[in-house]
Amino acid sequence: MSLKNQNLISKSEVIMNIKNINLSFGGLKALSGVSLQIKKGEILAIIGPNGAGKSSMLNVISGIYVPQEGVVEWKGKRRNKIAPHDIARMGIARTFQNIALFKGMSALENILTGRNILMKRNLFMEMLYMGLGRRQEEEHRKKAEEIIDFLEIQSIRKTPVARLPYGMQKRVELGRALALEPELLLLDEPMAGMNVEEKEDMCRFVLDVNEQFGTTIVLIEHDMGVVMDISDRVVVLDYGIKIADGTPDKVRSEKKVIDAYLGVG
Amino acid sequence: MFYREAGQFKTSYKKDQAILPIFQDKIAMVAMLLFCFIVIPLFANDYWLASILVPFLALSLAALGLNVLTGYAGQISLGTAAFMAVGAFASFNLQVRIPEIPFLVAFLWGGLCAAGVGILFGLPSLRIKGFYLAVATLAAQFFIEWLFTHFDWFTNYSTSGVITAPPMTLLGFAIDNPLSKYFLVLSIVVICAFFVRNLARSEIGRAWMAVRDMDIAAEAIGINLMKTKLLAFGVSSFLCGLAGALWAYVVLGTVEPQAFDIARSFEILFMVVIGGLGSVSGAFLGAGFMILLPILLNNLGSLITGGTISTETIAHIEYMVFGAFIIFFLIVEPNGLARLWQIGKEKLRLWPFPY
Repeated sequence: MSLKNQNLISKSEVIMNIKNINLSFGGLKALSGVSLQIKKGEILAIIGPNGAGKSSMLNVISGIYVPQEGVVEWKGKRRNKIAPHDIARMGIARTFQNIALFKGMSALENILTGRNILMKRNLFMEMLYMGLGRRQEEEHRKKAEEIIDFLEIQSIRKTPVARLPYGMQKRVELGRALALEPELLLLDEPMAGMNVEEKEDMCRFVLDVNEQFGTTIVLIEHDMGVVMDISDRVVVLDYGIKIADGTPDKVRSEKKVIDAYLGVG
Repeated sequence: MFYREAGQFKTSYKKDQAILPIFQDKIAMVAMLLFCFIVIPLFANDYWLASILVPFLALSLAALGLNVLTGYAGQISLGTAAFMAVGAFASFNLQVRIPEIPFLVAFLWGGLCAAGVGILFGLPSLRIKGFYLAVATLAAQFFIEWLFTHFDWFTNYSTSGVITAPPMTLLGFAIDNPLSKYFLVLSIVVICAFFVRNLARSEIGRAWMAVRDMDIAAEAIGINLMKTKLLAFGVSSFLCGLAGALWAYVVLGTVEPQAFDIARSFEILFMVVIGGLGSVSGAFLGAGFMILLPILLNNLGSLITGGTISTETIAHIEYMVFGAFIIFFLIVEPNGLARLWQIGKEKLRLWPFPY
């Protein structure tokens, strides 16, 4: 049974509609004929065995990969090829499977960097640290501190991220993505390599982000317990084909899913 | 014991984000500026000013420029001397064509031209990284040296290729003696260091460091790699161009391509590496190490041996000791002298208590 109250937010509005995606690298077919709808405010988990095309799917959603066939609609409008740095401006943020923090900076600076797209660039004002240059640093610091409070990382805000333990780094990376104030948050294995407590913390943050900010979340995760507990909907991929799509309970009992995970006996 | 921030509570983000948030650092900075602007001019002789301090400051500025590019934005460049040459020649040419232009305006023009050339030669950085980019910037070094040697227009058709820098006057004062030159260079360097420090702690500096540390993630959070890298090339080359103009006008008194050869590029790269990548103080520490240490060794060498060994042997020993020092410091702290200084400060915060 999902931990979340399903009736809290009405999850009907589709913010991303992916129709009939075909993606291949040379001769290798990564995704074939996958259709997927992402509904506003939901937590959607994408699962599947290794090499099933989960990460490719996430990259299609975030716009890094442009599929050879198929249509991606973002908020009702067809999305064509976009520059990687424009994805964030559309309201899509992501974290990475292997932590991709800025190692030379502190936790606070990493989170502030996440707010760069919301800041204005002005070489002279920033050089003099006057006017806009100074004002925006202070305003955005306030926002960054809100995220720090939310993620309970006050004590490490000025620690260089390279010195932080793994679980904390994952948390800072989530903070950096949240700093963008995204509508759609993509999490690539947010709990990989964590111990039970760290996983519980991370689950709580994911649910809180979803509830407090109303952020739509798409995540890839291998821990079935986590997936079944926190997601509203689960999509199962196998060999680049969508084999199931529905609530955790429904997906768990589908024969195809059991076959994919346990092998056909 | 004395370097302690306990009890210094910051009650606003403004105070926490000040350029020097710790009180003792503020005092130290003021003391150092007073020392540079008052004590040194009072006590230093012309030899020290003209032959040691002014070159040191001018090369510090170049190292600061390279540190913006390599230390903050993570783009390796071996074309520093070329950008310095552009600054020197552009300043000179502007003054030759329009003699009534004040030299400071000419310097700015030199910096701007260097920035333009830097951005142009920074274009390959959009596709290549690391050592490959370093080789690509070598092209700038060779091309620009060749350009200024073979096209007489740049040297105003002087027969020797070596030109005397025009005299400098500022608000009616002639800048011709070591003391006035020292003040000029020191002021420019201090202002530039302040600007770079401000950039480093602002949105632009964070974008640079993001590109340096993890370019894929930087792109994913909406940083335009092209603009950010080219801005780093522009700012870096501007500072290098300014340093080049100072080097030619103030240090050498002549404008010549030979002063900006590849050895100079390497010298400045070493300064940045030894001093510490990604810090303002690193540029100064590195330049100090590369310029002051050999002089110190030289004096020590003649003092210790007292003329019993030939000067030639002493010179060789100096090189060996200098090389040993470089290796020693790079092993002790690969992140440079600035990092060593920072670790020292962190330890000082606790001293003499263990925790």
